[in-house]
Amino acid sequence: MLRLEKLVKQYKTGDKALKGVDLEVPRGQVLALIGPSGAGKSTLIRCINRLVEPSSGRIELNGEDVTRLGAGGLRQARRRMGMIFQEYALVERLTVMENVLSGQLGYVGFWRSYFRRFPQAAVEEAFRLLQRVGLEQFADKRADQLSGGQRQRVGIARALIQGPDLLLVDEPTASLDPKTSRQIMRLICELCAERQLAAIINIHDVALAQMFVQRIVGLRQGEVVYDGTPDRMTPEVLTEIYGEEDWAATRDKGAGDGHAAQAVAEGDAMAAM
Amino acid sequence: MPITEHAGAKLWQRRTTGRQFAIWFGWLLGVALFLYCWKQISDVTTWYFFWDAPRIAGDIGGRMVPPRWSYIDKLWVPLWDTLNIATLGTALAIVMAVPVAFMAARNTTPSATLIRPIALLIIVSSRSINSLIWALLLVSIIGPGILAGTIAIGLRSIGFIAKLLYEAIEEIDKNQVEAISATGASRWQGMAYGIMPQIAPAFAGITVFRWDINIRESTVLGLVGAGGIGLQLQSSLNVLAWPQVTLILITILIAVLFSEWVSAKVRHAII
Repeated sequence: MLRLEKLVKQYKTGDKALKGVDLEVPRGQVLALIGPSGAGKSTLIRCINRLVEPSSGRIELNGEDVTRLGAGGLRQARRRMGMIFQEYALVERLTVMENVLSGQLGYVGFWRSYFRRFPQAAVEEAFRLLQRVGLEQFADKRADQLSGGQRQRVGIARALIQGPDLLLVDEPTASLDPKTSRQIMRLICELCAERQLAAIINIHDVALAQMFVQRIVGLRQGEVVYDGTPDRMTPEVLTEIYGEEDWAATRDKGAGDGHAAQAVAEGDAMAAM
Repeated sequence: MPITEHAGAKLWQRRTTGRQFAIWFGWLLGVALFLYCWKQISDVTTWYFFWDAPRIAGDIGGRMVPPRWSYIDKLWVPLWDTLNIATLGTALAIVMAVPVAFMAARNTTPSATLIRPIALLIIVSSRSINSLIWALLLVSIIGPGILAGTIAIGLRSIGFIAKLLYEAIEEIDKNQVEAISATGASRWQGMAYGIMPQIAPAFAGITVFRWDINIRESTVLGLVGAGGIGLQLQSSLNVLAWPQVTLILITILIAVLFSEWVSAKVRHAII
């Protein structure tokens, strides 16, 4: 469904963030993208919906090359790709309902959206989604009154109301506590399963990724260095992705259940911040 | 770094000795310049008039009280004109300033090389000319009256509103705008959903602040014939009708107090 071919992004400063990334994501697959800070994870998902313009390569979404689209075509392609952000990126001064409905902007004309006259079907879908993410009683609250976990749920609803095929998820849990992080990851993965959505989730927390996703892709300095199932994440693989560290020491204690690895990964995420 | 070693201990000072001395010298120059200017002004002052001032002020003050209260009947209409000049002038300025602000802000300008400099030029030229001078020009172009005053206030306010607004636009959180464009929103929808909510409080604050300033400015526009209560002030001064001047000043004071009360209320309600 999504296919990246030799995707390259070189910034004006000359830094190559992506050095020819090839990646194929089939319908319904949830994929975690891991790698050290600065490896190009954010750039990669921002290139897919062209918030960052790729320098060369192809991005095929349902057989259509996204890199060649004009403004109108790009808008239509973006409707198929929901995006979820680390700092939620809600419009703080708008209500929860307005934030969710803003996911429909690609379908509604300017004046209708300006006067908030969204189609009744969209409003009903917004209520359904708010109920699904557990925020139905917050529809009228302003986004800046919500807690982090609640805001991320609004962000998820906004992405889903687009009716996407693909979710681009940038560090969804980096600003959340461990419990909320798990809930948010679980919610995203459940929704992807319910709706047969593919997802690319940038994440620092390796153990959290292992708990929820079917496939892990490791990125290092703009190149894919690992692509496989979560259970094959050995200390050698982690060293390959992140560099030398005593991965085994902390891993051995929790042997198998992943909790120790969680501690490693969280420590690592802290260090990266 | 001014770290020195003395008897094995590391000493830290905020500045190096040389830098400290340079700052001290700067202050010395400043004080010397101030004293020199003081002497120059003192040399060219006609001290006879200066020593006379308290007596004259007392004399005028004596003539100014009591205010001629009955004159208020002739002030209602000019006062209403003054409020209208300020309000309509501010509205006129908003209509022109908002597009200019979007063209001047680095993150929204359609072209940083061509349109942004033009927008900045509009802002600077509007700001550099006082509304009294705008009014003088306009009175000769379109004739005396309220219209000249309104346009003068409008032209003067464009720069003020556009400058503060474009600074607010440049300071918005771009993640919110990015999130809106990621949904497939058009450029205009991005402005309406991503940018406008973020600048709304600043916009309201700036507008009310400028309206408040414009009330004060429009009270003097009459001095050059551009309508409003200044016209009455001018004619009363011309005929040395001091009790009327007192009443006009009291009226202006109350109008300004009123405008400040309104702007405080509005700002409080919006932020």
